[in-house]
Amino acid sequence: MYPFSYHRPTSVRKAATMLEKAEDPKLLAGGHTLLPTMKQRLAAPSDLVDLSGVEGMDAIEVKGRTLHVGAMARHADVAASEVVQEAIPALAGLAGGIGDPHVRARGTIGGSVANNDPNADYPAACLGLGATIVTNKRKIPADDFFVGMFETALEDGEIITKVTFPIPRKAGYAKFPNPASRYALVGVFASKRGKEIRVAVTGAAPCVFRASDMEEALAARFAPKSLEGVSIADDDLNSDIHASAAYRAHLVGVMARRAVAAA
Amino acid sequence: MPTVSMTVNGQAVSADVDARTLLVEYVREHLRLTGTHVGCDTSQCGACVVHLNGRAVKSCTTLAAQCEGAEVTTIEGLANGDDLHPMQEAFRENHGLQCGFCTPGMIMAAVDIVNRHGNDVDEQTIREELEGNLCRCTGYHNIVKSISAGAESMGS
Repeated sequence: MYPFSYHRPTSVRKAATMLEKAEDPKLLAGGHTLLPTMKQRLAAPSDLVDLSGVEGMDAIEVKGRTLHVGAMARHADVAASEVVQEAIPALAGLAGGIGDPHVRARGTIGGSVANNDPNADYPAACLGLGATIVTNKRKIPADDFFVGMFETALEDGEIITKVTFPIPRKAGYAKFPNPASRYALVGVFASKRGKEIRVAVTGAAPCVFRASDMEEALAARFAPKSLEGVSIADDDLNSDIHASAAYRAHLVGVMARRAVAAA
Repeated sequence: MPTVSMTVNGQAVSADVDARTLLVEYVREHLRLTGTHVGCDTSQCGACVVHLNGRAVKSCTTLAAQCEGAEVTTIEGLANGDDLHPMQEAFRENHGLQCGFCTPGMIMAAVDIVNRHGNDVDEQTIREELEGNLCRCTGYHNIVKSISAGAESMGS
């Protein structure tokens, strides 16, 4: 790692001030992507602003028909939370399938969402549930948040404080994990809330996306059978040492049917 | 340089460290507790697992500075004087190690598994929970046996 200055503010406001003053700062949440990246010298921030000192930023609660998950909630906390298990069991299950137990003890929802790794699980949940990303400045719908590979709508100095999820009637997540990293080779999150149907795909393309053909197919009946014969084009999908684009396209179909079956 | 203060194996410790210092470096090089190992240094192998505020974490992917005010337990903190912790004893009894390099992390992960899943944790759960710990001798079978036995004796 290259040298940096470390800060641990006690409020989001103080953190925002530190971000403004520093030359090339980065926020530190769980650190399970940022620290390995810094160790490889692929990132060299001048300052790390650690959010773990901000009280209450890991709160998990239901308000009305919405689940609020604080940005610093660790994956293990979301997975084990009775509140999440009751409100959106698919979300608890998704959090419990990220990485390994030690990674889940540190990694956070805010960090995962801000990083927007093309193979991460949480972006699929946010897009697949129509979540809202709440920052210290505004509320951003998931549909507008995930812009591209490792790219989000966040501006410099903007801090995610929580993610809010409308509670669906049905939701399911299925992923085909890379056997080594447990990142999603392909993961599909499907949900139904009133008339709104969402199918979000992670791992397959440079950025999480909604499979609109599948959403339409599920509108008549939210069942795996409705997806039979519905495929997605492999033109814009990733092709790498782990899987070809055609294989990923096939997996999207399989994972989508499993996600709907699990919902 | 930031000053970090924490409790390691029940002892209050404090030092001025470079902000880049990883928890595993602090434990091994500053405190000279070399039981915690660095295997892959990329948060995959689990040789560096310690308990941070009661939870198993990878100390190669945690800054010492992030542990300000925290309680840390390393493999050296498990035994009670000359009496091995039941999980350590179980690894010895069941030949739960071959070269031994992964063992400190395995044992710290094992105790965490029992803390979260209870003394009657089943074999399938143990195998799934060992996702983040690699044994390159591939001695998993006896490791799983050791954890089952250790889980039981931790309850008695």
